[in-house]
Amino acid sequence: MIEVQHLTKRYARITAVEDVTFRVERGEILGFLGPNGAGKTTTMRILTGFMPASEGSAVVAGFDVFDQPLEAKRRTGYLPESPPLYPDMTVREYLDFVARIKGVPARERRARVDGAMERTRVADVRDRHCGKLSKGYRQRVGLAQAILHNPEVLILDEPTAGLDPKQIIETRELIKSMAGDHTIILSTHILPEVSQTCQRVIIINKGRVVAVDSPANLTRRLRGSEMLYVQIDAAGADARSALERLPGVTRVAETDRHDGGVGFEIETSRGHDIRRELARVVVNQGWGLLELRSSGMSLEQIFLHLTTEEKPAEVQHG
Amino acid sequence: MGNILAIAHKELRAYFASPIAWVILGLFALLFGYFFYAFLVLFVRQSMQMGQMGMGGQTVNVNLYMIRPLLQNATVIMLFVLPMITMRTYSEEKRSGTMELLLTSPVTDLQIIVGKFIGALALYAAMLLVTAIYVSLLFVYGNPEWRPVLTGYLGLLLLGGCFISVGLLVSSMTRNQIVAGMATFGVFLMLWVISWIADFSGPTTRTVVLYLSITEHFDDFAKGIIDTKHLVYYLSFITFGLFLTAKAVDSERWRG
Repeated sequence: MIEVQHLTKRYARITAVEDVTFRVERGEILGFLGPNGAGKTTTMRILTGFMPASEGSAVVAGFDVFDQPLEAKRRTGYLPESPPLYPDMTVREYLDFVARIKGVPARERRARVDGAMERTRVADVRDRHCGKLSKGYRQRVGLAQAILHNPEVLILDEPTAGLDPKQIIETRELIKSMAGDHTIILSTHILPEVSQTCQRVIIINKGRVVAVDSPANLTRRLRGSEMLYVQIDAAGADARSALERLPGVTRVAETDRHDGGVGFEIETSRGHDIRRELARVVVNQGWGLLELRSSGMSLEQIFLHLTTEEKPAEVQHG
Repeated sequence: MGNILAIAHKELRAYFASPIAWVILGLFALLFGYFFYAFLVLFVRQSMQMGQMGMGGQTVNVNLYMIRPLLQNATVIMLFVLPMITMRTYSEEKRSGTMELLLTSPVTDLQIIVGKFIGALALYAAMLLVTAIYVSLLFVYGNPEWRPVLTGYLGLLLLGGCFISVGLLVSSMTRNQIVAGMATFGVFLMLWVISWIADFSGPTTRTVVLYLSITEHFDDFAKGIIDTKHLVYYLSFITFGLFLTAKAVDSERWRG
């Protein structure tokens, strides 16, 4: 549905996006994750035809955004970082105007505008001026504007920015409900949002893609090793060495101790799932098993790990 | 065409939804009314003098002594008012981020530009309509020729079109409305006074300068003459202005 190849965008002095390649399948929700200034907005602006790329190509809904911009734009809904509202127009007037320039036929316009207002829950402010709306409403009117013409592709730049927790949940539900018949790219720097809404994540930093995977896989893959947390009861001093003898275990650390229970963090090399063996050992030794869970790195940790990684100094020529 | 009209409609609605259009129309009506009054007093005095000098049978020509100078002076007000109409066209869209909506919608740059041009021109036409109220009074109480009045209005419309196309171009180059308004005013004024040096320069410069002057081409319209030379000048001026605006928008897009 969306195919981006070797996309590069250079400004006069900086390269905002460098050699970005990815594809999004029909009906998928792709999360675009990265610190501010990583190139998320630039990539989205290229995909929506707002600006051309310096190099590379982007195909949206089967149309190259540079060669057939109008066809691609007809099939794309876009919510920019700040909702593009006209302050002097009422919500209804605004959506009606957007419907006209998006090419919604005259006789469907009213129904589409009403439908979009319904879905984004802005119908109660339909006659208020856009300039007088609260941030939450502005964001949702922006979303209504994006879905108005029922586009195949939705590109949402930080759709939940500025919303209160209840609205965030509602908006996420709305976005999820639209996956399936829409293909969605959304950018965010709120990490839980990605794991809750997206099927796949691209982490981008300094204009380059540093990782692409499902949130779960990403968590798993980027852990250099697997981590387990186990808490056992009535364990003696030999508990630690017994755990260390398990196959694949690289490190055992005692983390906490209370009421006779001792907590251990066990690190194993990648691909070793020792939970069964671990349980067997505990039972054989006659200890009580209080807790056993895998304690992976959170998405936050991975994100920080990926985006703050120190790079070896590059040799400068000339 | 639908897209152009949608944008023109939006522009016009923006003028009238904010105080811009009302302030401009009101002030313009006031100023033009004062001009009208002043010329009327002058005209009446001239008529009376002619009568006293024993030429009672003859009347002073209303077209020549009243309508023509009135329309010519209306262009002075345009010089000040039109930058206020055009300065927001692009600057405001850029600043508020709505440019992103327009440029990511399935409309071409040219449709946006022409739509904005028509929107501004329609407001300008509304201003001319206000002046028509005053001028029609002359038809009620006098007997002017209507043809030179019509050509005069055609001339005004074309002249305003030129100003608007320059205003769009300037506005497309900045996010700052004040800068856009001021720069547009500067360009207008330059186009206005460029012919002032005509009398002191050599024949070549004189011809060039007179041809460039935006007001020189208006005089024939005010006299009741439609000369294709002037039509071509105005229409090509407008086309060129809109073309440059398209280029400015496009280059902005590339530079990001």
